[in-house]
This record gives sequence, C-alpha cells and structure tokens, in this order.
Amino acid sequence: MLELEARAEPSRLMPWLSPLLAVALTLVGGMLLFLALGKDPIEGFRIFFLNPVRDLYAVSELLLKATPLMLCAIGLAIGFRANVWNIGAEGQFMLGAVAATGVALYFDGSQSSLLLPAMVAAGALGGALWASIPAFLRTHFNANEILVSLMLVYVAQLFVSWLVFGPWRDPDGFNFPQTKMFDDAATMPMLLEGTRLHMGFAIAIGLLVAGHVFMNHSFTGFRMRVAGEAAAAARYAGFSASRMIWAGLLAGGAAAGIAGMGEVAGPMGQLTDKVGSGYGFAAIIVAFVGRLNAFGILLASLLMALLYIGGEQAQQYLNLPSSISMVFQGMLLFFLLGSDVFINYRLRLRRRAA
Amino acid sequence: MDANLFTSMLFATVVAGTPLIIVALGLLVSERAGVLNLGAEGMMAMGAVTAFAITHHSGSPWLGVLAGMSAGMAMALLFGVLTLTLMANQVASGLALAIFGVGLAAFVGKPYEAVALQAVPPIRIPFIADIPLIGEALYNQQLLVYFSWALFWGLLWFLYRSRAGLVLRAVGESPASAHAIGYPVIRIRYLAVLFGGAMAGIGGAFLSVFYTPMWAEGMVAGRGWIALALVVFATWRPLRVMIGAYLFGGVMITQLFIQGSGLQIDFPSQFLSSLPYWATIVVLVVISRNVNTIRLNSPLSLGKPYRPDA
Repeated sequence: MLELEARAEPSRLMPWLSPLLAVALTLVGGMLLFLALGKDPIEGFRIFFLNPVRDLYAVSELLLKATPLMLCAIGLAIGFRANVWNIGAEGQFMLGAVAATGVALYFDGSQSSLLLPAMVAAGALGGALWASIPAFLRTHFNANEILVSLMLVYVAQLFVSWLVFGPWRDPDGFNFPQTKMFDDAATMPMLLEGTRLHMGFAIAIGLLVAGHVFMNHSFTGFRMRVAGEAAAAARYAGFSASRMIWAGLLAGGAAAGIAGMGEVAGPMGQLTDKVGSGYGFAAIIVAFVGRLNAFGILLASLLMALLYIGGEQAQQYLNLPSSISMVFQGMLLFFLLGSDVFINYRLRLRRRAA
Repeated sequence: MDANLFTSMLFATVVAGTPLIIVALGLLVSERAGVLNLGAEGMMAMGAVTAFAITHHSGSPWLGVLAGMSAGMAMALLFGVLTLTLMANQVASGLALAIFGVGLAAFVGKPYEAVALQAVPPIRIPFIADIPLIGEALYNQQLLVYFSWALFWGLLWFLYRSRAGLVLRAVGESPASAHAIGYPVIRIRYLAVLFGGAMAGIGGAFLSVFYTPMWAEGMVAGRGWIALALVVFATWRPLRVMIGAYLFGGVMITQLFIQGSGLQIDFPSQFLSSLPYWATIVVLVVISRNVNTIRLNSPLSLGKPYRPDA
C-alpha cells in the first residue's frame, strides 16, 4: 500500500519539479477531456497547444496575452508572500483601466508625449486606490481582505458598466457600451511591426525585474517574506504587520492597474464593459504556478496565455466553448497544489503486516 | 407602504435569502470542523448548472436538485482530497476550486444558455398561509425555502444537542486532542466538507431551477462569497446566519424593487445593484472591528492543516 511519509527536510528539487509535473498532468487530463468530448486528442492537442506558437505572429499574440497576466501576478505575488490575500486584482485591473481612460478622454486631442506616461501613472494610481480600500479596512478594522477585495470586483464591474452606458458612452458609437476610440497619442506604441505586441510587454518585463529586486533584495521585501513564512518571528522582530498589508495590497493594485491601462491603451483602444476578462483571477493561478517568483511568473504567464489562446483556437476549430480555457487553468492549479505535497512528503511503499 | 407591497417584498426577501442560508449553513459546518473552503462560488456554479441540465432533460426539478447536490459534493471531494489527504494550503485550494468551478460550469453550461425551464409552483401550507400580511409571503413558498428552515433547526440540534455535533466542534477546536481521544479527525473533516459541498450544490440548484429559472454564465454573481462572509458575520452561529441572510436578501430585494418601481430617482441602477456588495463589506467591517469577537468565536484550527502522526 502506498502511503505518504514526512520528509526529514523539505525537498529542494520538488518546488521546481512540481510545476512541471502539474503541466504534464494537465496535458494528460486535457487529452482525456478531448477524448470524453468525442474529439481526436492528437488533433485537440495540436490545435490547443501548438497552434498558439505556430509562427511569429502567433507568438506575438501569446506575449500580448501574457502581458496583463504577468503584471497582475507579480503584484499579487508580493502580497501572497506575506500572506496578504488580495484576490481582487480583477477589480483593481478595471479601476486602472478606468483611470487611464479618464486621462485619455480628458486630454482628448492632445498630442503630448507625456500623455501615455500620465495614463500609466493614472492606471497604477487607480488600481492602488481600489486596493487601498481592503488595505485600510484590514489594518483599521481587521476586515478580511479576501472577501473585501473580492466584493470590490463586483462593484468595479458595475462601475465600469455605469461609465460606458452612461457618462462616457461614445455619442457616435451606435449605443454600444463603449467609449470613443483613443487618439494615437493615447495608445501604446507597438514593439514589433505588423503585430499587436505593445509597449506594455516591455513595462511588464521591467516590473518583473523590479518585483524580483523588491522581494529578494530589499529590507521590506525581506520582512514580508519572514512574515509569510514565520509570522511569530516577524512579530517578535517587531515588523509592522499593517505596513506589510499596505505594501502587499498597494503593489498588487498598482500592478493590476497598469495591466488594465495596457489593455485599454493597447489591444482594445477604448474602454468597454468587457474590459475585465478574467485576467485578475487567472493571475492568481499564474502567481502560484510561478512559485511567487519573478522568473517563475514569466514562464507561468506564458503557459496561461497559451491556455487562453488554445481555448480560442478550440472554439474556432473544434467548436468547443472558449471557457474550456478556464477548465484547463483550473486543472493546472489543482495538479500543482496536489503535486506540492511531495515537497514535504514522499511516497513510500508499505507492506501490510500479514 | 401598502399591504400588498409589504407582502411581496417579504416574499422576495425570503426567496433571495434562501440560497444564502443553505450555502452558509453548509459552510458553517465545514468551518466548525476547522476546514476553510473558499470554493463556495465554484461549488454553487456547478450545482446550478448540473441541476439545470438534469431538470431540463428529465423534467423533474427534484432529480435536478439531487444532481446539483451531487455536483457540489463532487467539487467538495476534490477540495477534500487536496487539503485533507494531500495537505495542500486551504486558501489556495479554495481559490482554485472557485475559479475552476465557475469555469467548468460556464463550459458545460454553454448549450443550456438559451433554454428556459418551467417555473416550479410553490407549495402552500393550508391555514397558516391565510394569515394576513405574512401568510402568503412565508407559507406559500418553494419547498427548498421550508428545507432551509428545517436545515436551520436540524443544525441547531446537531451542533449543540447531539454527541456527533460535539465531536465535530472538538475536531475544529483542537484536532490533536480529538485525535488523541480516538476520533477519526480526517474522516470527520471529509464528512463536514462534503456536507458543505452538498449544501452549496443545493443552493446553486435553487438559483437555476427555482429562482430565475434559467442558466447564464456568472449567474451565481458572488453569492458563494457573500455566504462565506455571512459565516464570519454570524460568528459561526446558525441563528445569526439566518438573520444575516435575510438582511442580505432584504438589501438585494429593496434595490430591485426601487429599480423596478419606476420611481424617477436620479440614481444609476448600477449603483443600486452594487449595494449588496457594499453591504457585505460594511457588515464585515462592523463585525470584525473588535478583534476579540472574531478570535473568541472562530474555530481555533480553522484553515490549519492537520495530519495525525499515525
């Protein structure tokens, strides 16, 4: 009979092996899913996992999709490391998009090269402001940040909906719930000619590096890590808990806000009521699969973007609902959480006493 | 306010509060056993879509409810395997369950989005339904409304009067002691988690088969999360869950009535729709403000994995 046996010391190898194991299990699970749906699993695999990387343009679309994911995830990871559970990145993303749109609409017609930087700043500020609500309520009233940040996602969605159905609706937009298209000066410059890959990707990479430095080479980052891994030690050392809650939530909010700005000023070119498309939730999976580590998040966001685009491909070529992406993403996180047991335990074969 | 309006608002409040009661009482049992399952939203979504599909195919809403319950339990089992057998982090696993459940429900529910179900007629309790003002509102209701009341009374008895309930609470307070006395901690936690899943499934079924009745992606609309907040608000006590659920039902219904009343008030409907979410936040703040209320009332081992050293 197989049983789990505690390792004397946590495995050094497994934290890195277990994401790979989870990916492999997700692939197997996906093949089984295709079989169960009556599709050819090899064909399904090709469309789902190979189509998204078939040529340079496809890869640029993959990087475009990964951009908001890595932005949201690096911000979340900073909080998660300190056990600050901000799961409202989706709402902070939307508020960032709203703030950036506000700047773009207010300075409509301006050709200033400062417009885009101002929009990035507004996005970060909008997201951080939205995240400051759970931070304030947690530090002053001890209110659970998981529930507060999540409730604010629904509020943010309704707020966006009010804006695009009401005061910000494009008067020439045939009553669609959307703002007018942004000017060229308010849209992100492209990184690669002929693709939609924009400046936001470069910002995301920059923030990944900054996040890495903050988490691993700054005193605050160190204190946050201690607080996450050994709360008692952090208290004993006199690290301020509320400071870490603020740092975790504001970092998460600002990063998600920039991601939201990147969407409205990038591929969307306007604010619509569909701006929140689940990136903030998917980023939770990215952060975990990436082991709350900048390099890991880079890889995990590419993988998750692949699952997104694979879902779109499956919709187009296999006639499956694109929500199949979410099934794959959920599977991936489940398998990861399951595989992680082997960090602290190992399987042992035990013979039953006769 | 005229009498008819009062009766119909009370009726609607009870209906809106019912799924919250069922789901929150289920979660309360899991949490009393020390397991924090944040996946309620996903379990509800799966319960809702499964119940809807089975009702559509079989024509029987009760088979639908049964199927929804089973779907909720299947999701809870997944959570149990991860957190109880494989000792994964409960917060992360619960989040995973919420994301996965909502996604899977959207996936399997796609073909049912344009389907309508026949409304299930309410069950009228003779005589007491004739009481003026409240009779029609309280005693001419769906069977699941009466079920939510039975669940409440049953749970009060179970938690505070039965031996099994005492064991459950002991497991939640101190799994190590419960284990030392010889209780199967992991098995009890599994049962508690499965019960939570079953109730979340029924709550979801209520939404898709009785309340709306239809299936749309995202129709659970955060009720699973609100139910989780209710348990905290109720400081893990069934009576306060009831009160809280009806208060929330009242907030949801009041905003709907204002929107539907045609009152020409200069207030965007989206702001009214966000009231239940703000209400959740306000309530959390009020109840959590005193650190000791939470600390003294929450099950001691809540969210902490436990592995008996065999």
